[in-house]
Amino acid sequence: MEKREFVIAVSDASVRFNMASERIDNLKEYFIKLVRGQLMFQEFLALQNIDFKVKRGESWGIIGTNGSGKSTLLKLICGILKPYKGEVIIDGTIAPLIELGAGFDGNLTARENIFLNGTLLGHSKRYMQEHFDEIVDFAELKDFLDMPIKNYSSGMAARLGFSIATMVSPDILIVDEVLAVGDFAFQQKCERRMQEMLNNGTTLLYVSHSIDSVRNLCDHALWLKKGSAIMCGEAEPVCESYMKSLQ
Amino acid sequence: MKLISKRFNVFYTYRFLLQQLVEKDIKLKYRRSFLGYIWSILNPLMIMMIMVIVFSNMFRFEIANYPVYLIIGQTMFNFVNESTTLSINSIMENAPLLKKTYVPKYIFTISKVTSSLVNFLFALGAMLVVFLVCKVKFNLYFLFIPFILLQVYIFSLGLGLFLAQAAVFFRDVQHIYGAIITAWMYLTPIFYPITALPERIYNLVVTLNPMYFYITQFRTIVMEGHMPSLALIVPGVIVSIVALIIGVFAFSKTQDKFILYI
Repeated sequence: MEKREFVIAVSDASVRFNMASERIDNLKEYFIKLVRGQLMFQEFLALQNIDFKVKRGESWGIIGTNGSGKSTLLKLICGILKPYKGEVIIDGTIAPLIELGAGFDGNLTARENIFLNGTLLGHSKRYMQEHFDEIVDFAELKDFLDMPIKNYSSGMAARLGFSIATMVSPDILIVDEVLAVGDFAFQQKCERRMQEMLNNGTTLLYVSHSIDSVRNLCDHALWLKKGSAIMCGEAEPVCESYMKSLQ
Repeated sequence: MKLISKRFNVFYTYRFLLQQLVEKDIKLKYRRSFLGYIWSILNPLMIMMIMVIVFSNMFRFEIANYPVYLIIGQTMFNFVNESTTLSINSIMENAPLLKKTYVPKYIFTISKVTSSLVNFLFALGAMLVVFLVCKVKFNLYFLFIPFILLQVYIFSLGLGLFLAQAAVFFRDVQHIYGAIITAWMYLTPIFYPITALPERIYNLVVTLNPMYFYITQFRTIVMEGHMPSLALIVPGVIVSIVALIIGVFAFSKTQDKFILYI
């Protein structure tokens, strides 16, 4: 297979949500509204005409205030959302860490969840068995392996989630604000791990409100505001103007 | 053609996930119960015994070997009931997951139908006990039974996929379906002989109720010891394939919109 220049190519993509003022999810209402011709939805563009291209091995910080479409963009790239307009082309495997404990079943133990989560990322059971110890070591949760995840603290779940997602060496790693709950030492450890992965050619998309860690980790940045890209390019100038705009 | 092979490749990548999900369902079902998996066999046996007592004392049907008759119908209907009812919620239940990771959505529906199938296989153990106690004569045609199970599985999968996608847009489906399945149960000769039905309904059931095809195929083999007629097998196969096609078609048409509704 030929290697494309861009691992992520988002071209002119928009995402539209139906912001139905009242959610219609039962048949009776649906038919009443249909008959009356009231079946209208307020439309809302969560992302507008985003152009965003990432080359292999680059690391991108995505910054913006709450509700600016950062997570929506990540979901678009993961394939969770489909663009309403435009196109998204991905070349490679993705490990998404969009939210805490995604892909964990609270009733299962950590041990079982490691396998469940690994297979969610498309890996075989055998592969997970081989990497099991590494994952547990990195998360430092050896003593809690047979405890159901529902009894974990959010920091512990974040540790486990991060260990699994990074251990399976994806082509593209997506980290959305999940590390904020970890303690300082673990955050440092995670940043080191991400740095290592970058050196090995992984592409990173990183969302954080901590501008310092974006400056640390990322060589490029994208600034989103109300669904549109304000600035896109080298990390330093983008971070600079973003910080200025906040003051 | 290329699209189909691509789809199949995706499914193949996620086969481990399917396996994990099925294992998870089965594990969680009996976690912390004292008898564990034995319940899978014990439960159908107990229900069958109660029904045998009720129906052979209160309503008398002239059916030879009634426990065998009953448990076959009951187990098979139970499978369809369980698998489709679980399918309805399969997408909504996994909403947190679907919002955060990309996974082919049909995996969840398939996993529910498949874990019901595993339960069904356990229940076949209960059936075997009944066969032995009631001195059923085993014959070569028993080898045809897996093919019957395949028909029911495909049928349930198609129906499950259809219901799962419909329920995402209209939550009413889960409530309506409860009523439908009850009506369907009474229209299926599970505990009464098909001849007990009035003629008009009889004709309807014999031509339209797929469960009649499947259950009767099974009974013919076990109770009469010969191969079921083509008049039962052909419609059974056709119905299951048509159900699958409709289910897959409806599901793939709507799946991109799920995320906006869950």
